[in-house]
Amino acid sequence: MEQAVCVECGAEIDIPADVMQGEILVCADCGAELEVIELEPLTLDLAPLEMEDWGE
Amino acid sequence: MSGERLSVGIIGASGYAGGELLRLLLGHPSVTVTQITSERFVGKFAYQVHPHLRGQTRLRFTSREACQACDVLFLAVPHGESQVHIDHYAALARRIIDLSADFRLRDAAQYAAVYQRDHRAPEWLPRFVYGLPEINRDALAGAEYASGVGCNATATILALHALVLGGLIEPDQPIIVDIKVGSSEAGATPTASSHHPARSGVVRPFQLTGHRHEAEVRQAFAPLGAYDVRMAVTSVEMVRGVSAAVHVSLPAGLAERDLWGHYRAIWNDEPFVRVVHERTGVHRHPEPRLLAGTNYADVGWDYDPATGRTVLLCALDNLGKGAAGSAVQCMNSMCGFDEMTALTFGGIFP
Repeated sequence: MEQAVCVECGAEIDIPADVMQGEILVCADCGAELEVIELEPLTLDLAPLEMEDWGE
Repeated sequence: MSGERLSVGIIGASGYAGGELLRLLLGHPSVTVTQITSERFVGKFAYQVHPHLRGQTRLRFTSREACQACDVLFLAVPHGESQVHIDHYAALARRIIDLSADFRLRDAAQYAAVYQRDHRAPEWLPRFVYGLPEINRDALAGAEYASGVGCNATATILALHALVLGGLIEPDQPIIVDIKVGSSEAGATPTASSHHPARSGVVRPFQLTGHRHEAEVRQAFAPLGAYDVRMAVTSVEMVRGVSAAVHVSLPAGLAERDLWGHYRAIWNDEPFVRVVHERTGVHRHPEPRLLAGTNYADVGWDYDPATGRTVLLCALDNLGKGAAGSAVQCMNSMCGFDEMTALTFGGIFP
């Protein structure tokens, strides 16, 4: 299985064989949502983060 | 001995830490709890004091004086009592794990300075290994005597450990530890401050300077430098749990993955320390409520790359990883058992 590196924490991420451009992958270590920007070469970037209101 | 199991006794089994020990040890496949003591509850069944153990054991409390020889003896008595009777206990059992603060500090003068009284058995201090496997694993393997750990000290040590070892925290800075704690830290004996109308709902600062556990942390890191650790402890609305937020300065401009690297280097192979550091969601930082009843400690951080200001985090159960859990983990190492035996309960949610 192809692997990539999480741009947030550096963890290795398994890339599905049928990965698609625009797909969102989640890092198992830090929980970052990573968007597949390009397939050739495989390029990941942090997905846009919707800021949360923690009610505080 | 009972079959091939080791026989285990608990001196002072009626308190909260003693009850947690009993709960854990009753589920241990390689030991049999043969005796539990309590001066106050002699003759009572264990479940009459620890109601969650109903149906788990038919043990009754006996007096300390009636304690028989066994393979391992846990001491879960109030601070100051173990040191008075340590020679007697050592004659009963080859291995002793003392959960109190009596044998945590290695230096008698330091003990006297911190606890405001002379130690009654100072010759025993160097014989005990500080009982936090994450920093003392080699010394604990095969050891005969281990101390317990201070719950707040444990949270502070684990919060700092990865970056101190990684060389990112210089010892020349004050290290301020903001700690929130639950009511069970105060023990099972009721007091005016623990009375429900006085305790419920509080955010009560109770020791903002001079906490005794500071000495344990300084001792733990002494081989790496003279770290100036200062705790400020606040009681909050929680029964079990410690949440430590350690304020330090790191070099500015680090990347998150740099910090991840340091945490992975230290914690990836540790069975009971988990890194919790997520960008999103409710549970992005360590949270003690999730750890109630477990031997896990969760660690994490929040880092401002513009200034280097950093808050290092650790959450744990004060009766679990902060007391009985670590003690059982120590026993496992001392007796050659798998370190995780009887300690893998993962908690409950919600």
